[in-house]
Amino acid sequence: MLPVVQVFRLFKSYGKKFVLNDVSFSLFKGDILGIIGPNGAGKTTLLYILLGIIEPTSGEVKYFGKPLKKERSKILKRVGFASNYVSLPYSLTVEENLKVFAQLYEVKDYRRRIDEVLQTFKLADKKKALCRALSTGEMMRLNLARAFLHEPDVLLLDEPTAGLDPEYMREVAEFFKKQAEERGLSIILTSHQLSELEKIANKLLLIKEGRILAFGGLEELFKLYGVDNLEELYFKAFSNSSLGDSDG
Amino acid sequence: MVSFRRILAILLRHLYLLKHSVSRWIDLLYWPTIDLLLWGFVSLYIQQREGSGIVYHFLGALILWNILIRAQQGLAVGFLEDVWARNLLHIFASPLTLLDYVLGLLLYSILKAAVASLLMGFLGVLIFDFNFFTQGLVLFNLTFALLLFAWSVGLITIALVLYFGQEAEIFAWALALLFLPFSAVFYPVSVLPPLFQEIAKFVPTSYVFEGMRMVFQGKDVPLLFLFKAYLLILVYLILSVFIFSYSFKLSKVQGKLTKVGE
Repeated sequence: MLPVVQVFRLFKSYGKKFVLNDVSFSLFKGDILGIIGPNGAGKTTLLYILLGIIEPTSGEVKYFGKPLKKERSKILKRVGFASNYVSLPYSLTVEENLKVFAQLYEVKDYRRRIDEVLQTFKLADKKKALCRALSTGEMMRLNLARAFLHEPDVLLLDEPTAGLDPEYMREVAEFFKKQAEERGLSIILTSHQLSELEKIANKLLLIKEGRILAFGGLEELFKLYGVDNLEELYFKAFSNSSLGDSDG
Repeated sequence: MVSFRRILAILLRHLYLLKHSVSRWIDLLYWPTIDLLLWGFVSLYIQQREGSGIVYHFLGALILWNILIRAQQGLAVGFLEDVWARNLLHIFASPLTLLDYVLGLLLYSILKAAVASLLMGFLGVLIFDFNFFTQGLVLFNLTFALLLFAWSVGLITIALVLYFGQEAEIFAWALALLFLPFSAVFYPVSVLPPLFQEIAKFVPTSYVFEGMRMVFQGKDVPLLFLFKAYLLILVYLILSVFIFSYSFKLSKVQGKLTKVGE
């Protein structure tokens, strides 16, 4: 089976400082990959390279067997992205924001689709509300709704559950898992909510100072580190790590 | 490949913003109105004393200059709107190409320039008995040249913001004004000191505004004049497209695109 996402020997440096150092991994249909590591490990940089927003120093990213650099537009039509650190225009209503992105992703029958994602993320009653009137949690849900608008095959999420209350966090996590199982959606997500991540991810990438410490299935890594939950694994793997810069 | 829907998305994003923003409507309608009234009455006063046809020259110049400013800001401020909204990453993480994005902003800038010039044109007829729109095809030609020049300045502004970060946003308002003294908007090039006259030769807008004065004097604008204006604009456009593309590429290499709004 052809991997959905392939990352080959990715390096990223700013001057002499390496932010990513020889990162390679593959992701298959329906996989949910959790990327964990301390602040400054290079998690967000990796996600931005996967979106083509940051150019790697060397290495290659492929989606569906095709290079991102050459087929960026075609590929990104099948990729969704949501981040807790990126906002949406506050002066537009929820519906207007979604309409803009429906056009950007050339979504067919977008009015129906907008209603669907608003229902899914429990924002139907906020359709006409200005985004500045939304709470942090509602804004994050809108961001997720926007990322699902074009029914992507791959979803990249940076801290997707930050700002959500526990009830919504659980619902959103269950929704991701269901999408992966039923529709074959592949997800790559960074999160510091380790207990939530443990419930949905089937694969893990441990990254520290730009280098991969470990990559594999959840159970496989638990065995490797001799632990039985993700929190223990995190502390065991990163116990000697120092705090890095602000890059997640 | 260029996508009409993606271009429309960029235009739509700015139209929705305009729909909800009183301050942006004020910027679009209030300043051109005040400019027109102020300079219209000043020139009317001078005309009453001197007896020349200065009102038409001033009003024509003012409308054309406003077209340039609105078009340039449509592009530069359009980009800044996404920086301010911290929405830039969503835009560039989508299938949108750089060309789609620029074309969307160009459409928006045309719309802004059209609204401001129509308003000023209407007020010119109503208050000063001056119809800007009946000055013939040459004036349309000059207006088009101004639009092209405005876009080249707008692209350079965006390139500066991408390179230097949000600190450089002041250029969205200041960069076009740098060309104002040499553009001979309200006076002929001949009144400039010799050094400024030499500089004006390399500023395409100086030919445009000299041409405008010829139109208002009922003279024909020499083809060589238009040729020089368009040739210079072509050079500016090529340079600005190169600088903009390079700056965008560099911002991806240096990771600045992800930090431009911080």
